[in-house]
Amino acid sequence: MAEPAVAPVPAAIATRGLNLWYGDFQALFDVNLDVRQGIITSLIGPSGCGKSTLLRSCNRINERLGYVRTTGSIEILGQDIYAPEVELVQVRKQVGMVFQRPNPLPLSIRDNVSFGHRLHARGHRVSRSRKEELVEDALRKVLLWDSVKDRLDTLATELSLEEQQKLCIARLLPVKPAVLLMDEPCSALDPKGTAAVEELIWELRGEFTILIVTHNMAQARRASEETVFMLIGKVIEHGLTEDVFLNPQHRQTADYIEGRYG
Amino acid sequence: MTGTAAPLFAGTSLNSRDRKVEWLVRVLLGLMTALLILPVVIIMALLVVEGGPVISWEFLTTRPVDGMTAGGILPALVGTVWLVVVALIASVPVGVAAAVYLSEYAPDNWLTRAINLAIINLAGVPSIVHALFGVGAFVLFFRFGTSILAASLTLAVMTLPVVIVSTRESLQAVPRAFREACWNMGATRWQTIRRIVLPNALSGILTGIILEVSRTSGETAPIMFTGAAFFLPFLPQGVLDQTMAMSLHLFVIATQVPDAPEALPFGVALVLISMVLAMNALSIAFRVYVRGRKKW
Repeated sequence: MAEPAVAPVPAAIATRGLNLWYGDFQALFDVNLDVRQGIITSLIGPSGCGKSTLLRSCNRINERLGYVRTTGSIEILGQDIYAPEVELVQVRKQVGMVFQRPNPLPLSIRDNVSFGHRLHARGHRVSRSRKEELVEDALRKVLLWDSVKDRLDTLATELSLEEQQKLCIARLLPVKPAVLLMDEPCSALDPKGTAAVEELIWELRGEFTILIVTHNMAQARRASEETVFMLIGKVIEHGLTEDVFLNPQHRQTADYIEGRYG
Repeated sequence: MTGTAAPLFAGTSLNSRDRKVEWLVRVLLGLMTALLILPVVIIMALLVVEGGPVISWEFLTTRPVDGMTAGGILPALVGTVWLVVVALIASVPVGVAAAVYLSEYAPDNWLTRAINLAIINLAGVPSIVHALFGVGAFVLFFRFGTSILAASLTLAVMTLPVVIVSTRESLQAVPRAFREACWNMGATRWQTIRRIVLPNALSGILTGIILEVSRTSGETAPIMFTGAAFFLPFLPQGVLDQTMAMSLHLFVIATQVPDAPEALPFGVALVLISMVLAMNALSIAFRVYVRGRKKW
């Protein structure tokens, strides 16, 4: 596995010898991956190669399925998230996730954005104006404020898919996560929506560490700084996006990029 | 093209045979449906024609007199309401809690599957068996005596599977994506359930409860030995009293009181079935209303 040439900042996500089984089926094999802080890393590979599994391990959402078994470790910001003293809720606060299909809660736009904050601000008095501010900040950051500011109380499920997906990103922000995991965030959107959400993701670069699973080569190429290529549960190649696309070190990577796998 | 050729889409003999079969099947299926609806219509018509004249405000608000051959049905009506309400108080919290556990917390393993299967089977236990259980457990063992409490608890045990199954189904109808969204914002399971899952499943849960009410109000066997009285001139004052009930009253005046006027049982039956139908209608209306509001 080719390490990126320079790593000036410590890894936001570091996996060591990560193996994962769904029952008897092994989905990840000895994954050692360092995702650099503050950049966008895209995770590419054919269907079923373990991209989503890896992503979903990073905030332990996988373990809701009772038959998942993992060995090895995942460190987020230097802390092993599988360590016994780790509080799952705190992990989830730090590691937000955006899903393939936008999944706004069946609440108003406003309540969707403040949902996470309300959960974690229990016991503190938060003034009304502060709450309004939080909602506005989050919606501005995802470039949604101008189109929804006059209808904050309408149901979020009535927004267009593109707006819903932006909202799903917005509602993570008041909780102040360090890492955003995105599982094919544009695959349910039309080309215009895709472009808009990509632009947004690009805007968020720097402030968050973003790990994004995508099937879309062009998207990985134009919207990420580093690229990880996976095949059958293993990380094959990891490097600067340019290098991976223009000068892949492995035959399998080249084959995939040229469209020779599913 | 020659002039003698058949038109482009001309049918063959096979087509016309298919068409006949089609017609026959349609008629047969329609007949079966009619056969099913017919008894319902006849029963309702009979009840309305025979029992309708008996119904009056007085009938609903006075007590039976002259050895239950005249007068009204007030104690039975009130008794049924008592039985249903106490049964609900006992079964809804337990049933909903169990359903939430089974749907949201229980791991998907053989034990959970066995419990689910057991619950479905429990719904198939004949009501007379529940009655015997009620006598053994509530009347004798817990020493509630024959009382509203014992009868209602028996009804509650009998309808618990219905509440659990309908609640679990409505919980599971709430998309998994909502739960994942919550978990990913750091919500605990209970916060997710309380803020998102339960509010969205509420309509289904209430529908299940209303159906339970309609079933409970018509049951006879489970209350016969546990709390319902043949005849009581008084209204019940508390849960340890015995009471009359609509379903048992109907049975009694139809079979045990030989000189009751012919129309009387029909009247009682009409009131009982109206109660049940009204409950069902309410549940359907509620469901339609809520479905119209749902946005996912």
